[in-house]
Amino acid sequence: MHPRFLRNVIIKGLVLFFLIDLVCGGLDPAALGKVSLYNHIFSGRQRFPFGEDSSQSYNLSLFNLDAMFAAHIIAGGQKPVNEYRVILIGDSSTWGTLLRPKETLTGQMNAAGLTLCGKTLRVYNLGYPTISLTKDLMVLDYALRYQPDLVIWLTSLEAFPDENQLTSPIVANNAARVDDLISRYNLPLSPNDPALIRPGFWDSTLIGQRRALADLFRLQVYGVLWTATGIDQAYPADYQPAQTDFKKDVLYHGMQPPTLEASQLAFGVLEAGLRLAGETPVILVNEPMLISVGENSDLRYNFLYPRWAYDQWREMMSVRAEAGDWDYLDLWNVIPADQFTNSSIHLTPAGEALLAGWVEKAILQQSCP
Amino acid sequence: MTLALILVSILVATTLGLVVRNRGRLPLLLGICTLAVYAFQPVLPVRSLDFWLPTGTLALATLAWVLTTPQEQRSWRVNWPAAVILIGIVLVLGLTRFLGFSVYLTASRPPQTLQILAALAVVTLIAFLLTRFTKPGRAILTGAFVLIILLFIILKVPTLATLVSMGLRRLNQQATSLALAQDLRWLGFSYIAFRLLHTIRDRQSGRLPVVSLSEYVVYVIFFPGLTAGPIDRIERFVGDLRRPLTLTTDDLGESGKRLVLGLFKKFVIADVLSMIALNATNALQVHLAGWAWVLLYAYAFQLYFDFSGYTDIAIGLGRLLGIKLPENFNAPYLKPNLTQFWNNWHMTLTQWFRAYFFNPVTRALRSGKKPLPIPVVIFITQLGTMVLIGLWHGVTVNFFVWGLWHGLGLFFHNRWSELTRPRFATLSPRWQKALNVGGILVTFNFVAIGWVFFALPNLSISVNYLRVLFGLA
Repeated sequence: MHPRFLRNVIIKGLVLFFLIDLVCGGLDPAALGKVSLYNHIFSGRQRFPFGEDSSQSYNLSLFNLDAMFAAHIIAGGQKPVNEYRVILIGDSSTWGTLLRPKETLTGQMNAAGLTLCGKTLRVYNLGYPTISLTKDLMVLDYALRYQPDLVIWLTSLEAFPDENQLTSPIVANNAARVDDLISRYNLPLSPNDPALIRPGFWDSTLIGQRRALADLFRLQVYGVLWTATGIDQAYPADYQPAQTDFKKDVLYHGMQPPTLEASQLAFGVLEAGLRLAGETPVILVNEPMLISVGENSDLRYNFLYPRWAYDQWREMMSVRAEAGDWDYLDLWNVIPADQFTNSSIHLTPAGEALLAGWVEKAILQQSCP
Repeated sequence: MTLALILVSILVATTLGLVVRNRGRLPLLLGICTLAVYAFQPVLPVRSLDFWLPTGTLALATLAWVLTTPQEQRSWRVNWPAAVILIGIVLVLGLTRFLGFSVYLTASRPPQTLQILAALAVVTLIAFLLTRFTKPGRAILTGAFVLIILLFIILKVPTLATLVSMGLRRLNQQATSLALAQDLRWLGFSYIAFRLLHTIRDRQSGRLPVVSLSEYVVYVIFFPGLTAGPIDRIERFVGDLRRPLTLTTDDLGESGKRLVLGLFKKFVIADVLSMIALNATNALQVHLAGWAWVLLYAYAFQLYFDFSGYTDIAIGLGRLLGIKLPENFNAPYLKPNLTQFWNNWHMTLTQWFRAYFFNPVTRALRSGKKPLPIPVVIFITQLGTMVLIGLWHGVTVNFFVWGLWHGLGLFFHNRWSELTRPRFATLSPRWQKALNVGGILVTFNFVAIGWVFFALPNLSISVNYLRVLFGLA
């Protein structure tokens, strides 16, 4: 081998590498997310990709909404004519932490085999395990293209504080989508919020995007094990039950009793969601939570909420629902304390079955077009 | 081995190859290989064991050199630099415990200096006594051979390894209830043991060349082949070592090619396949035959790309250092029968077993007063060889069954080809080609089914997985 040949190979390799890297900088990385093996070679996922221990859960968290939807079963073709499509939006409780897909609220509602308006009710789990109304709004905005007949939006007070709106990684890493939502709905959020991550030029090069690209690729590879096993979450043999004893702490996101400041809660985002849904009916659900009986439970309902804050928020919701003619279902206390698992909003399969009964009743009351 | 360690190894080998050339090459190589034995050793939960095991490797190599070297060649005058390098590095690494920060050369903080000095004194004393009072006679070499095999058995039998770990934990006043066989993960011991056994056997048969302590230790712990082979032969290795190092652009090009190929195989293909490859967890979760085959094939290819990737890296690194390490893989999954598969899969291991087990046993069985019939000899030797290769990976029922599977496969292939060779030889080229393709498919699937026993931890999971594969679960 001639030395000049070796030198040329190295130079050409480097030049090509930098050229490809720069060219990739000009491409839209999100678009790549739409290319998916799910719903083609692999079964569509029954809930969004999310997970920390990939080797156990065959799942991973990523921030590419296109890829998340493309991997979801909802993206698996045209909506059948005889399907009454219901989408469920919410947090980890809706997503189903510690639950197998068939044990989640969605899974149990689908197993019930309900019909409405002469069509088969088919429920899609679009919950995502972070708690923020803005995240829910972003998911709803995307999900409407899949023509839902009904939106069920499960939420809780913790999704409302302003400071929780943009800090969720999936929101922070989708700054362009948040900008769009802010401008379309005049949301009470700032596009200059430092929580929003705005990629620079180098972040959009091949090197800068290596993590995002690797995640996209890994999501496709894990499609094999998802399809082969139906597992999309690590199920520990044991877990720490939700806390029921608390310190004498009554602060809520820096707010002191007696007044919960409505101005610090993102009602504007909730209302934007209801407007965004347009003609599609929305059932707003105050999701069940653990009502603890333990130390200082006279001050706190659970780990998340001091009683004063939660009670005031429920009152605010009820007043606004009345005024805005929302279809509002307040299910805050319908599940017994022993049906919660590792947090004050995560339910056991039996708890989900109880909740499904309530939600199904509300769905069946919907009028047909 | 991590990517970072491999990249550092590439940097070191390139620097050594380009800058050092011949002057001081051997002592430098000895120093670097010695450091690598410690640097590559993974962290172990038993206190200081990740320092003592690499030290044990060096002690074993030194003592094995003494035992396999004719008395008149054990000259202190020739070999003192190697001894000084070895002892010096162990001491210096031991002293890093006083630096107060990790120097990344040992897996964890080295033990107390006094303990290291005592250990070195003991090894030096044994080496001195052996040098002074022994010669490489049959008895002492057999003793050394048996000792290494015993050590091997202790490390590879999970129950024994756990017991030893318990003993070590008790010595260190650590919880014995946490003892596991994996506590004794001795980096590269399987390969080191086979190199030592090879030199001991060759000394017994008078074929071992005379080598210096530096050459011997570098052969045993040559860092490119420390973790995953290949198992070179000492006469070939030392031949390269003694040849003047003239790194040409050909060497650089070939080495670069092997390194890039190896890194790609290991860190791109194998690591991606490992995400979906068969393992003890997903074996219990898959219930559909089609997907079970996908997982099994992923495992088969992951194993190949992982192992052959490491081999490519080792060969590439060796080439930079002027050592042409032997090939270990030659497209094994494209071979039309099991015999050819084993001639092309982990070739240096099979050659080792052929040289030190298969051939001698075959000779013994054929040369007795009442020689056994050829099929019986083939049955015994092939089954024995493959079972031993299985047990080399670990003394467990599954590895035994895996060996048995291949041993029987080789025997039946041998008998089948004896039976059909004349008939197949007359077939038209088109039929020959079709037969070849069919052979590749059958062989690959036979090997893949064998991997079920290799990949899974016990027989019940393996049998259950086989039932899933064939739709019987």
